[in-house]
Order: sequence, then structure tokens, then C-alpha cells
Amino acid sequence: MIYSLIGHYSLILGLIAGLVLFYLSFKNFKNSIFLNSKILTFTFLQFFFVVISFLSLVLSFIVSDFSNETVFNNSHTTKPLFYKISGTWGNHEGSLLLWLLVLTLFIFIFLLRTKNQPVKYKILTLVFQQLIIVGFFIFLIKTSNPFNYLFPVPEEGLGLNPILQDPALAIHPPILYLGYVGSSIIFSSALAATSLKMISPNWAVHIKNWILISWIFLTLGILLGSIWAYYELGWGGFWFWDPVENVSLMPWLALTTLLHCIMVLERKSSLTSWIIILSIATFTLSMCGTFLVRSGILNSVHTFANDPERGLFILIFLFVLIFLSLFIFFFFHKDEKLNRPSFSFLSKETSILINNWFMMYFLSVVLIGTIYPIFLDIISSEKISVGPPFYHKLIIPFLIPFLLMMAIGPKLKWIKSRLNDKIYLILLLLGSILLAFLILKNFNQNFLINTILISSALYLFFVTIRDFFIRKFENISQNIAHFGFSLLILSILFNNLFSSEIITNLKVGETFDNSKTKIIFESVDQKKEKNYDSIIANFKIQSSNGKKDKLSPELRIYNQPVIATSEADIKTTLMSDKFMVINLVQNQDFFNVRYQVKPFMLWIWISVILISFGGLISFLKKRL
Amino acid sequence: MKKKILPLFMVIVFGFIFIVFYKGLEDSNIYTPDTKIKNKIPIFKTKDFYSGVSLNSSDIFKFDKNYLLNIWSSWCVPCRQEHPLLMELSKESKIIIVGMNYKDNKKNAQSFLKELGNPYEMVLVDLDGTIAIDWGAYGVPESYLIYNNKIIKKFIGPLNQQLINEMKLLVK
Repeated sequence: MIYSLIGHYSLILGLIAGLVLFYLSFKNFKNSIFLNSKILTFTFLQFFFVVISFLSLVLSFIVSDFSNETVFNNSHTTKPLFYKISGTWGNHEGSLLLWLLVLTLFIFIFLLRTKNQPVKYKILTLVFQQLIIVGFFIFLIKTSNPFNYLFPVPEEGLGLNPILQDPALAIHPPILYLGYVGSSIIFSSALAATSLKMISPNWAVHIKNWILISWIFLTLGILLGSIWAYYELGWGGFWFWDPVENVSLMPWLALTTLLHCIMVLERKSSLTSWIIILSIATFTLSMCGTFLVRSGILNSVHTFANDPERGLFILIFLFVLIFLSLFIFFFFHKDEKLNRPSFSFLSKETSILINNWFMMYFLSVVLIGTIYPIFLDIISSEKISVGPPFYHKLIIPFLIPFLLMMAIGPKLKWIKSRLNDKIYLILLLLGSILLAFLILKNFNQNFLINTILISSALYLFFVTIRDFFIRKFENISQNIAHFGFSLLILSILFNNLFSSEIITNLKVGETFDNSKTKIIFESVDQKKEKNYDSIIANFKIQSSNGKKDKLSPELRIYNQPVIATSEADIKTTLMSDKFMVINLVQNQDFFNVRYQVKPFMLWIWISVILISFGGLISFLKKRL
Repeated sequence: MKKKILPLFMVIVFGFIFIVFYKGLEDSNIYTPDTKIKNKIPIFKTKDFYSGVSLNSSDIFKFDKNYLLNIWSSWCVPCRQEHPLLMELSKESKIIIVGMNYKDNKKNAQSFLKELGNPYEMVLVDLDGTIAIDWGAYGVPESYLIYNNKIIKKFIGPLNQQLINEMKLLVK
């Protein structure tokens, strides 16, 4: 009760701090020799109030204060402490509070850490960021207050959806938000820099750090979500092209493109329009994602609540931001056509430009796949569903030239260059094609597209490996990231091509046997935990080469809310994952058993970590 | 000249997107047929929840009988609230309650019925939510009182005692 009050009033104080900041900025902007120290104080205060508010919500969850509506809807006394805490952001209201926390945290650090930049620029960045922050304050307080009071106080809460009671998912939102919401600072500062006409190499060096931070967290956040989907949703896939996954992928694509562009701008004034538009796009895509997911306009497994009022607010807010940024872009930004140095055809900039267009293509595929069903529905009342085949068909063919560009592009020197070690590159290409052909031949999978795809991924793989040796530490971050990407594509391809699956119904004591694998259903155990009861089935697996494994998938029946979930048992080894889930067959003593062998699963995760590690090195390099 | 066309074009494009999203938000009934009072019930095909047998709507609703079609789902919290009322209602023989399991996981739905009881004469499956659209449902839970293959009254949101009383009056 008391926490709710503290939380609620902190929110209001934070909003007031935002309004004060507008006033202070306005005054300081006119007379801008020094940054008014009050501005920093109020930015800190605002951040502080949001922290207080957030902590009070966390405390309400910890003490199970069911007079708080959010806690009542999403918690239960029997939940372990860890999930009580993570329940804070496992719902609409709490996750929006997390939004605010990241927004205010980022602007505070931004003001603290930004030196050697004009005062006007700092103030203007603050104003744009405050515009977003105040918008979200109002949104939170008006439509999704996490501190709504319930009377009479319920005895017990409704509980957190069991599929959200998972360690990976508990830390997934904070990490993802650091990237997803963190892109707001790029948006604000790009708008500020555009208005002040200071999009320059100097600015690029400064903003690159922020892009890297957002990018690293966004990459890791997406990874965590994907790992969770892999073992919790129980289908053995790691990417479902669900709208919610797509809305996190779209800002990632925009941000990755932006990261590449900013490297050009660091060296010379070009691609400025690209950079501004991408900075705007990254954040608006994040907002758009929030709108699509939270308004209930899309039906997704992650939709928390269908509330048109909330949707309408974000929609209007989103378009205010879009039109504001369009106005600033067209009004202030003049593309410097005159002093634009002409690109030569074989330069690194051209390759980055080509990269940009590929990324934009991938982005539009995902964007269209996500929102086209809505458009069609509204314009022609026709319902369609866009699934993996759409994305696969449109993306995979274009991956081939993309991978090749990724291998060759970084080899081209800035501005003018010639391919200095052509022979090596060509030899590697031929080697990759040969190897890909042999691999596929060996496994009797002879599709031309696969051969070409694997060749090009292998090519990037070898080229980057070679670079580790010949270029040593020069450009190591880019090399690691690109190497990681080639590994990712290779792992995904091999994973898709060489996965095998057995689905069967078994009783206790029965054995399934095909020529390659023997599955023995040994026994069933029962276990009682605080928040669920579970049935554990013990299986022994023998493969034809004599290897034995024990797998024990679980069925859990959570008590609040009562939901049954299947917990897959996964044996991860370096080269492949053995994945097993069971389901009950209604009114029978059979279990439906699903056993999959998924090669290179671990490498998908490792390669994404490598990719973000590349970003981390780039971020740290300047500091050391 | 060229400088002005582009901004204008962008404004129009984004304006259009805005309108579409706005419409999508406002008129969730834009693709749902009007369910006016005494409207005919839609014709649809579905499956029986337990046996998985295919059913036609004409096999389900007979003339001269009162039906209550209740759209529910195990993940829907208000459904949980109204469930005891349905259980009570099912004890009276005047209304036959038919459940329509909306966008649900079979396992979860089963445990839901196991825990709270099964008030339904028959449970139908609407896995992708399209049948609910035919009925003009806005969401779950939603209930339709049916007589002579006509919708007498539509109840949006969870039922409460007052609505149940109203329903009983209508049946008389």
C-alpha cells in the first residue's frame, strides 16, 4: 500500500521534473555559454524519481501487496522470490516503467559523459529526449498506471504466466530495453545535431559510442529472447517470425546499418542523410513495435492487454515524433551536394552503401511481413497470415550476395583501392564452393541454392579467419563481428539441413526403435515444488554408434494460474543438441514423445555472442 | 520544386499509415459482420474439442431450443471470473451452454475445465479465432443467446449475476 503511494507520487514528481527541464532548457538555450547546473540536477532528480517508483513496484511485488492492481494481476504468494521480482517487468505497466527507467538513465548519463560538444547541442538533445520522456510519463500515469489501488484487497494474486517464469526471460526485458529504448538517445541527439547543422565526423565519433551500446544490448536481448523461445516454447526452433520477434529485429537491422554508416562519417562527411534517417528510423521502429504489440492490433503471444485507449495514445505519440523528425530533417538538413566527393566504384564506401541497401531490403521484408496483414485486413477485410516461408523465400536468396559483399567489402581501402590480394580471395572462394559441395554431397542434400548459400557463408568464414592472422589487431572488432555472422549463418544452415526428428507415442517401459536411434521409456517420477507439480519422464536414448544419453523432459502444472507447460530436456554438446519434449495424450497412459537432434545449436548462440563481442571491443578500444 | 515534392510525399505516406493504424485500432469490427439483434447465426465449420470430429454449425444449434454460445479461453482472466456463473447456469436445463474455445492451447484448456468444472454441453474449437470473427466477437469472453438459429442477445465481456438474470427473463 505504502509502496504504491510512494511509487505513484514519484511518477508525478518525475513528470514535473520533466516540465521544469523544458523551462530550464528554454532559458539556457538563449544564453548558452555554459550548461546550467540546474539542468543536470533536475535530470538526475527525474532519473532518481523513476528509480524510486520502479523500486517501489519491485517491493510491492516482493511483499505481494495485492492492493496494487498490477501485482494482483501478475503475482502470487507461492512464487519464488526471483520470479516475484522479474514479474515486475513481465506485464504491460511494469515494462513501461522499465521504458521510462532506461529513457531517464540514458539522458542522465548522456549529459554527464558528453564533453567537447556545444552546449546548445546538449540542451537540444535533452529537449527531444524530454519530449519522449514526458510523453511516456503521461502515457503511464493516464492509461497504464502500475500503482492502481484495489479495494477490497484481494487475498491472493492471479499469478504470473508460467511460461514467463524462466531465468532467461527474467533478464531478457531489461537487457533488450537497454538497446531498444536506448536508441532513443540516438534519435534525440541526431535531431539535435540536424537542427544545429552539426552532423560531422566529430559528432559521429561522439555518437558512435551510444550506437554501440544500444547495438550490443539489443543484440544480446534478442539472443536471450530467442534462447528462451528455444527451450520454453517447446518446438525446438529458435526464431518463429512472430510479430514480437520481428519488431525487435527491425530496429536491430536499422541500427546495424547505422553503425556501418557512422564509420564512414567518422572519416569523412558523407552519407549524412542516411545517418539521420537511420537514427530516426531505429527509434521510431522501436516505438512502432511497442504500438503494434501493446495496442492489440496484432495478435501475438506477447500481447499483454487489448486496450484501444493505450493503442491510440502510442499511435498519436508515435506519429507526432515521426512528423517532428520529418520536419526537422527536411527543414534543416541540406545535403551538401557541392562538396560531396565522388565515390569511386571500388571503394569501401560503395561497399557500405551496398550493405545499406541490402539491409534496407531485409528491413522492408520484415516490415511488410509484419504490418501488411494489418493493412490488408483494414483495406480489403481479407485475413492473411504471413509465416516463415515468406521470410525465407524473400531473404535467403539475397543473403548470398550479401555474404559475399561482407567478405570482400572490408578488404577495399577507403576511397580508392584495388584488390591487392585477388588471387587469395579467388582461391578461397573456389575452396569454399568445393567444400560446400563436398559437405552436401556427403549428406545427400543436393540443392543448388544450398550449395551456393553454404559456399558464400564458408567464404566469409575463411576470409575472416585469414584476416585474424594477417591483419592481427587492425580492425579486430569488425572482423570478429563478421566472423560471428558467418558462423551464425553456417550454424543456422547446418541446423536446418541436418536436423532429425522422431515423434512417437510411448507408454512407460516401451521402446521405440528405428535403425539409427533407440528410445527407451524407463520410468516416470513425480515432484512437488512451491509453485508447480511436475511429472518427470526418464528416457534412455541409444544411437547406432553406441552412444547413450539420458533425457528427462518434464510436464509442469503450475498452481497459479493453473497452466500446464512442457519443459524440454536438452542435452547440449559442442556439435549438437538433443532435444526432447513430452505431452500427455488425453485419457490414455501414452505420452506423446518428440525427440530431435539439432546440430550446431550451441553455435548459433555462440556466434551471436561473438557478434556482440565485436561491438564490445569496438566500444572498449577507444577507452584503452 | 523537387525539394518540396519529397516532404509532401512523405507526409502523405505517413498520414496514410496513420489512418490505417487508427482504423485498425478503432474499428475492430470493420471485418466483422454486424450482429444486430435477431441476426441469424453464422454458418461455420468447426471441430469438437474432445473428439476432434468435424462439425457443421447446423448440426449444433437446433430450432426450438435456447443456446448460450460462450467464447472462452484458458488464458483469459475474465473467463475465470464468469466460469462459476456458467457452472450454475448449466444446472438449469432451460439453456444449453455451448463453449467455443478461442485461440487456446488444448492442454491448457483441458486443465482449465478440469479445475473449474465443465458447464458446456459441447465444446467447439476455434483455433485461429476466425469463427469468433464470423460471430462478430470483439474478444474473450463473449456470449450469445441463441433461439431458433437467431442471436437474441450478445453479451460482451464477462457475465455477471445481473446479466444472467436478464438472460433468464429473455428465455421465459
